[in-house]
Amino acid sequence: MNKPNKKHSRLDIILEFFGSMNLAITILVAIAFASVIGTVLQQNQPYNDYIIKFGPFWHEVFQTLGLYNIYGALWFLALLIFLVLSTSVCIYRNTPIMLRDMQQFRLNVKEKSLRLMSNTQSWTTEKKAEEVEKIIQHFLKLKGFRTRIKDHEDHRVIAGMKGRWNRSGYIFTHVGIIVLCIGSFLDGGFGLTIKEWTGQIIPETRDIRADKVPKISRLKPQDSISFRGSISLPEGGSSNIVFLNVRDGYLVQELPFAIELKDFRVEHYTSGMPKSFESDLIIHDDQLDEPLEQTISVNHPLIYRGYALYQASFGDGGSNLTLRAWPFHSQKLQTLDIDIAVKENRSLNTLFGKYRLEVDDFKMFNIFPNTEEEKAVTGKRFKNFGPSFTFKVRDASGVANEYHNYMLPVTQDKRRFYLSGMRSTVAEPFRYLHIPADNKDSLDRFMAFHALLHDPIRAKRIAQDSVKAAMSDVNKTDKKLQDDVVNSMMNLLTLFNQGGYSAIERDIKNKVPKDKQVDVAQAYVKILQNLLQNTYIALLKQEGVETEKDVSDFDNQFYEDAISAFAGIGAYGSPVYLQLADFKHRESSGIQITRHPGQNIFYLGCLMLIIGIFMMFYISYQRIWLILKPENGQLMITFAGSGNRNQRDFAVEFEQLKSHAVKITS
Amino acid sequence: MSVPNEYMNVEMQPPFYKQLNIVDWIFAILLIAGSIFAFQKYSGLMDGYEVGILFGTAISLIAIGWVWKPMRALMFYIAVLSLFAINLYGNDLAAAENNFFLKFLFSGQSATMWMSALFVMATVAYFVELFSGNAFTGKVATAMTWAATAMGFIGLLVRWRETYLHGIDVGHIPVSNLYEVFILFAIITALIYLYYEKKYETRSMGAFVLLVITAAIAFLLWYHFERDAAEIKPLVPALQSYWMKIHVPANFVGYGAFALAAMIGVAYLIKDVAVKRNPQGRVAARLPSLDMMDDVMHKSIALGFAFFTIATVLGAMWAAEAWGGYWSWDPKETWALIVWLNYAAWLHMRLMKGLRGPVLAWWAVIGLFVTLFAFVGVNMFLSGLHSYGEL
Repeated sequence: MNKPNKKHSRLDIILEFFGSMNLAITILVAIAFASVIGTVLQQNQPYNDYIIKFGPFWHEVFQTLGLYNIYGALWFLALLIFLVLSTSVCIYRNTPIMLRDMQQFRLNVKEKSLRLMSNTQSWTTEKKAEEVEKIIQHFLKLKGFRTRIKDHEDHRVIAGMKGRWNRSGYIFTHVGIIVLCIGSFLDGGFGLTIKEWTGQIIPETRDIRADKVPKISRLKPQDSISFRGSISLPEGGSSNIVFLNVRDGYLVQELPFAIELKDFRVEHYTSGMPKSFESDLIIHDDQLDEPLEQTISVNHPLIYRGYALYQASFGDGGSNLTLRAWPFHSQKLQTLDIDIAVKENRSLNTLFGKYRLEVDDFKMFNIFPNTEEEKAVTGKRFKNFGPSFTFKVRDASGVANEYHNYMLPVTQDKRRFYLSGMRSTVAEPFRYLHIPADNKDSLDRFMAFHALLHDPIRAKRIAQDSVKAAMSDVNKTDKKLQDDVVNSMMNLLTLFNQGGYSAIERDIKNKVPKDKQVDVAQAYVKILQNLLQNTYIALLKQEGVETEKDVSDFDNQFYEDAISAFAGIGAYGSPVYLQLADFKHRESSGIQITRHPGQNIFYLGCLMLIIGIFMMFYISYQRIWLILKPENGQLMITFAGSGNRNQRDFAVEFEQLKSHAVKITS
Repeated sequence: MSVPNEYMNVEMQPPFYKQLNIVDWIFAILLIAGSIFAFQKYSGLMDGYEVGILFGTAISLIAIGWVWKPMRALMFYIAVLSLFAINLYGNDLAAAENNFFLKFLFSGQSATMWMSALFVMATVAYFVELFSGNAFTGKVATAMTWAATAMGFIGLLVRWRETYLHGIDVGHIPVSNLYEVFILFAIITALIYLYYEKKYETRSMGAFVLLVITAAIAFLLWYHFERDAAEIKPLVPALQSYWMKIHVPANFVGYGAFALAAMIGVAYLIKDVAVKRNPQGRVAARLPSLDMMDDVMHKSIALGFAFFTIATVLGAMWAAEAWGGYWSWDPKETWALIVWLNYAAWLHMRLMKGLRGPVLAWWAVIGLFVTLFAFVGVNMFLSGLHSYGEL
């Protein structure tokens, strides 16, 4: 039966191309390679980061190739479409074959072809054809084969088939792949990509209020099939929009309902690690008779009207802080209380001009791991430094330093300090000013000491008293010498107030010849320390401490620590110290909102894929044939079989089948 | 007309359930009873899914024990010794230091150390067997591999209890960090190997497979002693989910099977070269036939692929609950896809194109490196959502 030599139509050629295994493998490998690039090159970062990393030229190249958002690039989409096409063509071409394999028993098989199979055997028997046929049929049934019989001119064929579901495994896996691709295409956000391409929407790049975002960057609920966005809600706040990040900009997606955050909670393990993040949400929707209240947490999202609401992050939602501003470099011991919320800013009038105070963040807990020694003492692996806040102080020219202040004194080496970290750029770590806490755990003594040193009249009086006390009787009458010493004392104090010991060191380096610098420095330090100590004693007296007796260890240590702190104020950069006096914590919860209508289609595809894989690997598809042919008064039996899955295993099974068959038919 | 019975009673196998003996049924009853006991005692700590996982696991274990008989004994010993250790603990974690049995044998860490030592010794024994052909050494190697596997499981199960002794809210199944899953990797790979060893009745692949387990043990010990990784830590919120109980083990059946296939691939390549150089040589004679190794390699990759597919889908479903979408192109997800695509291509080449021989063996070996990167490399070099096992 010769087929007419038909010319290949164009369709045949296309099908041939798309259905080829080489194309399929090529696509699989190409997708794998593209995916590798997408994981090695961090995706969707700000463009500036890429320019710094790769330089402008390569940045341009990579951007054009879509390497910054590979999984959303059109060529990647094209690869996936090719995969779907290729798989579809395979299904189109192979499904009929598979279905035929499942149904047809190939009863027209020739004896010759059976003898050519690798698993084959012939033998003769005295038994009659009918009897053998019954025995064999029953035997094969017991072995799980379905059988068919057909009579031919001079022989009879018995064909058996087992595990035909193996063949449907092929269909299940490949259809599964297409189904899951369709599901994920629905959810891939390609609708937005197309809208952007056709100019229907343009992402917003300015940092403006959501209600000011123009229409071209806004999406109505029905405008997008799927999306993934997020919104940060402060406690008590509500929103009916969500932001979608698009490269270096964003879109505003409107929701058909509003989400209100009633409360946000963080729970901790005893070790201090966060244990859970929970948001109590209230959904306001015209479709609801009354608002829907639901708590979401990590791993427990709320699914509402096809939208999924996830607990994603948290932060400060504008806590109200009461800050006490202590002036530095001033004799006045006057504080100013400032009420300000996180993310707000206000002007700050100081002796040194106008500054701007910008409060960036507030943290309720600051948990740090304990050192081995601390662990031994406290028995705990973590310690909590309590609340802190970060802020910037910006001068008139716009230059800002960043600060990180703790509310409560922190214990270090059994001493208590108010810590204030400072840095000029984000890249560097905070350098901490350690202000010692006094015996009432407050800042009062330190600030009083500081003010006293800046009070020219009182400081001078103390200087005069100390000079008098220090001078020998002979010199006591020498008024000029006394005044000189007092003046140099005050000069040193001024230098010290400005920049600590290093200011004095610089002064010596500038004014004193090199060979005398060490001597002069020693003398200066002695003079200055005399003044500082006497000032401190005066301060203690003022507090009512009996200084005639021995000064306590605590007061001694305080003096040392205060002097070190004074030395650091010069480089502190802010004209005030901001103490966190009180706060009203208001948290915000970062909620991710997504819409993935293709999700269940995707899962269906996955399920088909898994079922198909198990069918293909763990159902063994086997066929066997027997040809019964009367020959010279005997019955000639030719037995052959084939298994598609595993030749080795089948060979063993065939051996058993054959030896059984020989036994029962002989 | 009925078929005469005498024709049929020639060695016909009875149906599966009739082949089960009394031990099989006792084994099944014990497992069911154990799960009911666990349910009664701990149902307060489980949600509906976890109850489902508990009984699903019991049924799966029964099936495994029925199909592969040595597993019944393994499970029995693991259960008895774990319960013994847990009982020794009582409610006091300090017992790990005070009690002899816990300190030297069955505390989570001690058992893991025994597992490590036994695996390394088994590797040596398998190599001795491979070179000398001494059957007794081979039996010892197999016995040590079984013992190591038992110790690994005991270590994990006792550790599970230990997490709860750290605090009722700290307790979790010990498959939550790199230290714990490396134990899981070693014992699952060993189990798959033991299955094939019995099925194909050869021990000469053991040296190769145990080599990859020893490598995992080396990492585990380094991780333990250098990084203090054995410390029990509470779970971050993202990991507090029943999904972890099924996603992670399914993944490690995949990883274990792929690793095994790669090591068989190495053996295949060595044999391939040896046969070409000197067909009568010792190497060619000692290693199993190419045909058989090709078969084991294929079966192992098929097994790994099936379970890896399940694990990845489970991971996607978990991601849909925890990360806001079943697929985010997170590095871990993406690398899982790459591994999947790689083995999908491998299987297509073998099953559809009929490719055989050294090319597939090389491919399986390369596949191990891809798998290794997805397993450990992603955590080391790439940042993403799935950063639970950092070095």
